[in-house]
Amino acid sequence: MATPSIIEALNAAVPAARAEAVPSVDMETILVAPEALVDVCRFLRDDPAFQFSLLSDVIGVDRLPETPRFEITYHLACLGDAFRAPGASTSAPPRRLRLKTRVADAPEGEQPRIDSIVSVWPSANWPEREIFDLFGVAFTGHPELRPILMTDDWEGHPLRKDYPVQIRKCGHIPWEIEMPPEQFAASVAASRKQAAEAAAKPRREEETQ
Amino acid sequence: MGNNLHELPVMTTTVEKMVQWARRSAIWPVTFGLACCAIEMMAMSCGRYDIARFGAEVFRGSPRQADLMIVAGRLSRKMAPVLRRIYDQMPEPKWVISMGACASVGGVFDNYAIVQGVDEIVPVDVFVPGCPPRPESLIYGIVQLQKKIDMQRMSA
Amino acid sequence: MTTVSGAPASLRQETLTVNMGPQHPSTHGVLNLVIELDGETIVSAKPTIGFLHTGIEKTAEQKKWQQVIPLVERMDYLGPHSNSLSFCLSVEKLLGLEMPDRVIWIRVLLAELQRLSSHLVWLGTHGMEIGAVSVMMYAFREREQLLNINELIAGFRMFPSYMRIGGLREDLPRGFKQTVAEFLDAFVPKLDEYEKLLTANPIWIKRTKGVGRLSKEDTLAWGLVGPMARAVGIPYDVRKTFPYLKYETFDFDVPVASEGDVYDRYLVKMAEMRQSVRICRQALERITPTGPYDCGDFRIVPPPKDRVYTEMEALIQHFLIYSQGFTVPKGEAYVPVEGPRGEHGFHIVSDGSNRPARIKLRAPSFYAVQALEKMIVGGLIADVIAVIGSTDVVMGDVDR
Repeated sequence: MATPSIIEALNAAVPAARAEAVPSVDMETILVAPEALVDVCRFLRDDPAFQFSLLSDVIGVDRLPETPRFEITYHLACLGDAFRAPGASTSAPPRRLRLKTRVADAPEGEQPRIDSIVSVWPSANWPEREIFDLFGVAFTGHPELRPILMTDDWEGHPLRKDYPVQIRKCGHIPWEIEMPPEQFAASVAASRKQAAEAAAKPRREEETQ
Repeated sequence: MGNNLHELPVMTTTVEKMVQWARRSAIWPVTFGLACCAIEMMAMSCGRYDIARFGAEVFRGSPRQADLMIVAGRLSRKMAPVLRRIYDQMPEPKWVISMGACASVGGVFDNYAIVQGVDEIVPVDVFVPGCPPRPESLIYGIVQLQKKIDMQRMSA
Repeated sequence: MTTVSGAPASLRQETLTVNMGPQHPSTHGVLNLVIELDGETIVSAKPTIGFLHTGIEKTAEQKKWQQVIPLVERMDYLGPHSNSLSFCLSVEKLLGLEMPDRVIWIRVLLAELQRLSSHLVWLGTHGMEIGAVSVMMYAFREREQLLNINELIAGFRMFPSYMRIGGLREDLPRGFKQTVAEFLDAFVPKLDEYEKLLTANPIWIKRTKGVGRLSKEDTLAWGLVGPMARAVGIPYDVRKTFPYLKYETFDFDVPVASEGDVYDRYLVKMAEMRQSVRICRQALERITPTGPYDCGDFRIVPPPKDRVYTEMEALIQHFLIYSQGFTVPKGEAYVPVEGPRGEHGFHIVSDGSNRPARIKLRAPSFYAVQALEKMIVGGLIADVIAVIGSTDVVMGDVDR
């Protein structure tokens, strides 16, 4: 049985997606429009010919200086006989699919937005939070969009191309070292004196009985 | 009695030496394994490179019961306040060994996320280089720390 | 006050919030769980990650392709070979390189040996946390033999950087086959020993049976694959379904259990170790004592030193490789491997230059920690340790 073509089925079922094939060396890659993303994902998961039950990963790429700037890639997998989607009578052939969509950068002060697919695969929750944290792309419909890897008060989105690799910031401690500077200097001087004395003395004193 | 002190089963020493010996012979670390160096630290505490021979018998889970903190692994900026808090919770006398390149100077990760050297946050006594250091290196570091404790005077 | 456990409303009740981690002996690294307890039953658990975020993916964008390998090995620090293997496979896919058979067999052998090494750490730490402390000593004793093998091939115990883009770092040393054969012969009786200690042990069974159960649909919906999926009855193994490194020519089984609790995950992993030994023996037979250890394409792989000293072209290639590195054609690739924790792969995006444009790790532990709340809510607080141990999370994987 010939494996059904995903692009044709997608364009028939969700025409708003404007699915087009992207040449790729390792697996079938499809570029869809961001507006129809949730419908495309739901179709790919539920259609009995495809049964893409596993969302393997959600990846963000910053394509600066190309536009649209951000590209979100979804890796889907159908596991074949290992898992039959609930409601399907037979299992679909095992295959992997890469789904891409592009989001344009927003003007200063706003965030680029795209729909969240948490309603289709719950495992997209944290990867989308990570993309929000590291790239600044906001996901509409995400239950809990807040930073996941960086601290809550971190400024900037580190994996963007215009964010520097090293920012030379000293380790931030909310408490001061509780010692006045004079005491600190005095204790440093005292320990230096000790070390000098210890070095001058022989290692083992003679035991005097 | 009298001049035959060397025949009695008694040793004489100073209080300072006793205290130094007691402190350095039973340094109990607090579990602060962060990343890959933690695995080598665990290997050091297992049968082949047994650290119990040197006194570091148990890794205490609570910092209130430990006197050594081996910062094993890369310290991220998000984790830095936690490190400081654990260090503050340890009772005196306490020592810190910075294990591995990442804890000492930031290691291979010179970027926004890693603190470039744990001594920005806590005072370090011994730096052990390596990525990760072999368990023997870490044992050597602990032995160096023991020598350092031997030199510490009580009158400071 | 809301009644939490069915007591009369006149009785004041509240839940207790307990913070677990990030500094904790049993969280396998720096994981923070804020657990709300009703007595001993868990009402909710919120994990916080990011305490080990190292920015490896950003740093890798500044390095040349071959220089990324040591960085990438330190992500999942219990399985360095599977990190570098999946990275090399993805880049080689983009480059369009074919490896000679000998390189493939050596890679398979090292990948399976490293699966053993990672499972031994899992067994040791899991056992120790549940209370079987001697298991840790025994497991680490075997692991020392495996680290000796790592040291034999590359001089470094944990991160040998032995798998390179284009093949291997250098040829296998003399005595390698004998060392590995002796290790494999000595290892299987040790596995029997561990099973004798734990599998029928009533304390172990009481602490692990029925704990942390997850249904089949939930397992896949939350993206958990690998031993966790196989423990619940989904026989998905990347080596069988999407074969790489000619795994279809090897003879091995995929152990599958049915309950999906901590005990079944333990059984699956122990059986996996035996299957790994089987694959190792087959791979060992296929490795010839001498032969190629790289693909021979000198635009990628440095030419042998005797040619560099005598031929002009080899000298130029050597110089170019070590000064500016090789370029990878524009495009992207993702080749997943079956790591010790599940499907493990690097998504590589190249813009045609000598540095990666983006690399991203598909980290199996990331999804395991995400699903942790689902597994422990409704259980007892003592089971949290058992569940975290069974998911075999490595925080370097989660936070990258």
